Amino acid sequence: MANFYTDNPELKHYLTHPMMEKIVELKERGYADAGKYDYAPLDYADALDSYDKVLEIVGEICAETISQNAEGVDHEGPRVENGHVIYASGTQANLEACRKAGLMGMAMPRRLGGLNFPITPYIMAADIVSRADAGFENLWGLQDCAETIYEFADEEQKQKYIPRVCAGETMSMDLTEPDAGSDLQSVMLKATEKEDGTWVLNGVKRFITNGDSDIHLVLARSEEGSHDGRGLSMFIYDKRNGGVTVRRIENKMGIKGSPTCELVFRNAPAELVGSRRMGLIKYVMALMNGARLGIAAQSVGLSEISYREALQYAKERKQFGKAIIEFPAVCEILSNMKAKLDASRALLYACSRFVDIYKAYDDIAKERKLTVDEKKEAKAFSRLADAFTPLAKGMSSEFCNQNAYDCIQIHGGSGFMKDYACERVYRDARITSIYEGTTQLQVVAAIRHVTTGTYLNWINSELEKECKPEDQDVKATLQFMSQQLAAAVEAVTGQDSTEYVDFHARRLVEMAGYTVMGLLLLDDTTRNDAFRRSLRVFVKYGQAEVAKHADFISNFRPDQLADYMQK
Amino acid sequence: MSLNIIVMAKQVPDTRNVGKDAMKEDGTINRAALPAIFNPEDLNALEQALRLKDKYPGTKVTILTMGPARAAEIIREGMYRGADNGIVLSDRAFAGADTLATSYALATAVKKIGDFDLILGGRQAIDGDTAQVGPQVAEKLALPQVTYAEEIIDAENGHATVLRRIESGVETVKVPMPAVITVNGSAAPCRPRNARNVQKYKYAAVPSEAASDERRQKLMAEREWLNIGEWNAASVDADLNQCGLAGSPTKVKHIENVVFTAKDARRVENTDADIEVLMQELIANHTIG
Repeated sequence: MANFYTDNPELKHYLTHPMMEKIVELKERGYADAGKYDYAPLDYADALDSYDKVLEIVGEICAETISQNAEGVDHEGPRVENGHVIYASGTQANLEACRKAGLMGMAMPRRLGGLNFPITPYIMAADIVSRADAGFENLWGLQDCAETIYEFADEEQKQKYIPRVCAGETMSMDLTEPDAGSDLQSVMLKATEKEDGTWVLNGVKRFITNGDSDIHLVLARSEEGSHDGRGLSMFIYDKRNGGVTVRRIENKMGIKGSPTCELVFRNAPAELVGSRRMGLIKYVMALMNGARLGIAAQSVGLSEISYREALQYAKERKQFGKAIIEFPAVCEILSNMKAKLDASRALLYACSRFVDIYKAYDDIAKERKLTVDEKKEAKAFSRLADAFTPLAKGMSSEFCNQNAYDCIQIHGGSGFMKDYACERVYRDARITSIYEGTTQLQVVAAIRHVTTGTYLNWINSELEKECKPEDQDVKATLQFMSQQLAAAVEAVTGQDSTEYVDFHARRLVEMAGYTVMGLLLLDDTTRNDAFRRSLRVFVKYGQAEVAKHADFISNFRPDQLADYMQK
Repeated sequence: MSLNIIVMAKQVPDTRNVGKDAMKEDGTINRAALPAIFNPEDLNALEQALRLKDKYPGTKVTILTMGPARAAEIIREGMYRGADNGIVLSDRAFAGADTLATSYALATAVKKIGDFDLILGGRQAIDGDTAQVGPQVAEKLALPQVTYAEEIIDAENGHATVLRRIESGVETVKVPMPAVITVNGSAAPCRPRNARNVQKYKYAAVPSEAASDERRQKLMAEREWLNIGEWNAASVDADLNQCGLAGSPTKVKHIENVVFTAKDARRVENTDADIEVLMQELIANHTIG
């Protein structure tokens, strides 16, 4: 039986990363649940075995059900009837399989009905699901929103909503409006507090993924007369109460199975989450960080399927009397695809491990005071997560678009036809560098970690690690890349102009990205020789890209900036 | 109202992926070369049982299998999907059983379980393809049987309503409980393993599997749900003359690779005279007898 987890040994490599022991120890509070819940792990080995077995279920459902339904879902799509969404039949079957398999609310604590998985194995499931059908990953992955309820809602709300998510109810995050996309400070949906202290919502939301979900998180303006982010609060809208209808579903280029809805709120009853005015500045920021990691996983899954489809076709397709994979031009494309895929995955799980550690400490801090050392550690990992999340989302979404493009290129004319999966993958991939913050916005989030040295400090500490003798040359290249990065940062910040930094930001972030990803692959190769090819190919590729950016920056005069400014 | 359901299941070699070493020289199956799996139609039967459990809370689903101790693997598979427990009927005396001896052994185990409303099983196992065991168990227990079931619509007030697949379509029948129902491969596929159940039951075992694993034994002693029953011929009071090779009138004469060459079909009317003619013909050319 095909299995998308067991046929992908890289996943197990990350599942057994040395940092996992600490992550699981923190998440499981020293395995305190073992006596309380019949499905809680007894120790680290037992926990890993459980993650492995559950991911095997995910892999099986993805291979046998979700990937098989992907094409039908892409054709059929969802539709609106009487103001509500009817999913494509394949989507319904996929959701049913995930519910029956108990794959909803995976990261939620057991007392609320979840599996209490760390973020890392949960993100692995997202990676696997995306390979099967990226559009479906959206619906399934919105279980992430439960995390926001868990972190910020009161106990009563947690008890009310999280078990429902774990039992399979779907979620959505209703943020975007016609005039508030990247700029969420402009959100206008109105929240009105009634005399009895309850709230109602009125207005319109647009581009809402899975907008007819069971439980919505809604960003709305609670402070009348306010105009910026400080007037926004977060609410829960429960579909059971009624008050929200779907006006239309967008006709999209890709991820067609995932309904993107325009919603009309008419006196929709809602519950306030956490404190007023904290909606955007605190809760949405947390929500978005989780969602960005999810899109990074989606991108990796799409890169995986792109590479596999291309590889298979290149082996089967014969021209000039031999399989096209034997031509250097084709095998270079394939090698680069695999290197970008592996590098994206290395960054994804490095990032998920950082998130795991700081989130576990945040959660422990609700039960007891953290020690000074713990606080320090939590802060360091929180900073790393903050730096690595936009890098992972930005780099891997761009790579998955490149891989989807190359996948079609390998297929030649056939790839342009609707006969192969690659054209759907190509359309599905396009959104990853746009939603949950465009690549340009990821650069905005990442650049301060370039200029303040978060990446460079991490890079320098990685360079101090031992590697195998045969990888010394690659390590030397990475060292050189890091020096070019440091020099470029100095050259750009030395101009003392925010505009100048903004202009070169993408170049600098990419230089950091190539160096970071190369070092992560070096670490993977030290643990597992299977990564060596990707390491060598990726660093070769990254070296050239870094040199290109370094060259652009060092040959750029500040007065040339005017050439780029549009009137 | 809740039900007690026994699902008869078999661990079989995966004959769907047969390689060239699938048969031994002597014509028997080379079990080592084929992965052991949950017989596919038994999974369809399990799904029907689990749907009844969803519908009638408190329903208990027990899987009964005959085989070596490692057949406990399919009971764990069943528990991952929602079965409550299982029993492995395991004894050297059962080895070499044909369908008659198998159904005898299963029937004795069912008698020992005693309290049940329904016995479900797949139509047939992919290693033998006889479709005889279910009906024979029903006969031995003097229970009514429904074969080729596609859906058990309900099971209440002493009767089960069953949709069965017949040659020209489907029919709905009503059967008094307790009854034996064999489920067709066209029925709903079995649900996936459940993440929570997998974590809960992964250490479940029959005593002999855990014999050299102290940690597992300790867990099994603390958690009764991890104990899968392991019964032998003595524990079900089986008459050894009716078990295994001794109780099996079927003798394998030789095995040959049959290639279908006939292209024409012949219609035999459902009359005693026509069937008699066909029987004589088959005996004459040694197809039977």
